[in-house]
Amino acid sequence: MPEPVLSIRDLTVEFKTEDGVVHAVENVTYDIAAGETLGIVGESGSGKSVSMLAVLGLIPQPPGRIVRGEAFYKGRDLLRMPKGELRRIRGGEVAMVFQDPMTSLNPVLKVGAQLAEAIQAHNEGVSDKEARKRGVALLALVGVPKAEQRYDQYPHEFSGGMRQRAMIAMAIANSPSLLIADEPTTALDVTIQAQIIEVMKAAQRETHAATILITHDLGLVAELADHVVVMYAGRVVERGDVFTIFSNPRHPYTVGLMESLPGLAVEQVTLQPIPGQPPSLISLPPGCAFHPRCALSNGRARCRTETPDLREAGAAEHVAACHFSEELEGYKSKLVGAA
Amino acid sequence: MTEQSLERDRTAFAGAGAAIPADVGASTDPTLVHESGLEVEVRSQWTYARRRFMRHRLAVASLVILIVIFTAGFTAPWIAPYSFEGYDINNLEVGPTFSGGHVFGTDLLGRDYFSRVLYGIRTSIHVAFVVTILTVIIGTSIGMVAGYYSRWADNLLMRFTDLILTLPALAVLLTAAAFLGHGSQYRVAVIVSLLLWTLLARIVRGQFLSLREKEYIDAAKAAGSGDLRIMLRHMLPNALGPIVVFATLTLGGAILLESYLSYLGFGVQPPTPALGKLIADGQDVSSHDWWLVTFPGLTIVLIVLCINFVGDGLRDALDPTQRIRA
Repeated sequence: MPEPVLSIRDLTVEFKTEDGVVHAVENVTYDIAAGETLGIVGESGSGKSVSMLAVLGLIPQPPGRIVRGEAFYKGRDLLRMPKGELRRIRGGEVAMVFQDPMTSLNPVLKVGAQLAEAIQAHNEGVSDKEARKRGVALLALVGVPKAEQRYDQYPHEFSGGMRQRAMIAMAIANSPSLLIADEPTTALDVTIQAQIIEVMKAAQRETHAATILITHDLGLVAELADHVVVMYAGRVVERGDVFTIFSNPRHPYTVGLMESLPGLAVEQVTLQPIPGQPPSLISLPPGCAFHPRCALSNGRARCRTETPDLREAGAAEHVAACHFSEELEGYKSKLVGAA
Repeated sequence: MTEQSLERDRTAFAGAGAAIPADVGASTDPTLVHESGLEVEVRSQWTYARRRFMRHRLAVASLVILIVIFTAGFTAPWIAPYSFEGYDINNLEVGPTFSGGHVFGTDLLGRDYFSRVLYGIRTSIHVAFVVTILTVIIGTSIGMVAGYYSRWADNLLMRFTDLILTLPALAVLLTAAAFLGHGSQYRVAVIVSLLLWTLLARIVRGQFLSLREKEYIDAAKAAGSGDLRIMLRHMLPNALGPIVVFATLTLGGAILLESYLSYLGFGVQPPTPALGKLIADGQDVSSHDWWLVTFPGLTIVLIVLCINFVGDGLRDALDPTQRIRA
């Protein structure tokens, strides 16, 4: 594996609330190498976004608290970096695309002004005229038609898909080494989603940025990611390259996620949901957090008493946090059959 | 409304095809014209606000009257028929008349009251504008910092604001004006604004508290913008509506306050005429020279009423919850 761009070690984030301490992210560890795409998958509230926001210093503290861990970006720990230095990295070398394009553009500023600001914030001495030229080119790159005129419009004159394109344009404005996309397609309808995926691909080709794709859409992961991190209840439960994960998942939660999708190859009348609800992050179930919903556990005592660690699951760099992951050997994903 | 959103959707759809359109920047006309002939006009929120304001007839009428009065006040040295301290010995205590050239009459010394009222407006609005500008600057800055940083900065600044609010404004004002004012209208203006900013600070703080939770503020932070930039460029324009409304109403309030002070003799010192001072001067003889109280009084009422109507109109126009029917 080449030198990682971002290397997260034992990241643990808590939030203090009136009901108790929310363990949003616990002991999360993963790397992302230059130029590759890492998909982070999990249900809502599994800590996908929080881990990224924590890395960028965007968690309000209090109530949030980074308990321990490191996040090395090119060898420097982002979590212990002075505020000013981190600010220069944000939006410059590390950029982020937010989930909801309807709310992540400032309604009172022209799209172009916001784009120019992204450019000028990290390139001192760039004149307004130059910034405009680059801004228009960026809008064109992400597929905004009539970019020259669109540049002078307000966000409310853009549709959702257009806004997300503009957000992506802003994110890649400074050719970041690391692009974090937090559910970039969730707020969009399906036809627009496909276009935005294309734009994301184009953006990545253009900037060669390593991309972290936070999503709960396995299809998106299969399409874009090189490596996958599966998170459940704030913890990494499985990690590996995309082919291994899809063809040979070794965690019952990953299997459950795949089972819950409609397959193309197999004729299927009803979908198979994962039973139950995600656990409360204030009081996690003892042992393996997934055991109350697990199809594999079968009430075995070890699942209730012992928290499983990530351990090798056959293939290189493939790890899963399940005591009985060997029992999943031979599981055939219908998704792979379809592909 | 529905037509508009449909138009927007179609525009988006029309451009959705290729990731990199070939004709970027090829067209230079100010509107977006697509193959289907749909046009998208560039409209800012201020355009919508202006349209809404224009529908508010009373506010528009008031604005026109205000512009006339303020222009007359500012240009008093050029348009006033007489100097404010020139004596017309042949016309002492003349009632309002068109024939003699003294439209508002003259006072005991034969000074033309129309000219004095014009100069009075000039003084009063000078003071009122200084008060308003200072109040807005102080109130906005304190509210911004308190709302943006919250926690201890918020606590400290808001307790200080509360402290100022507990002061009995008029008593403090009179004392301060008497001891620190020295009859200078600008000193008085500073003293007034040091007491008026509290309400605005609270309003702006509230706005900022809610604005800082917006996703686009997170996005701006993620893009590497600094605190000051986020406050001034991203948040302040979003809070401008309430600030503008407050400023308008402060303008009216300041004219009234200045009138009280001058009336009580703590404000502008003679011979400079101020509206409140004119009423005070005329009051001694008001039983027979009714015009000496009536005209400056009416002027104050008219100005303050108009300002309040304009303020109402602005509030309606800038209220983001209002539906856009443009």
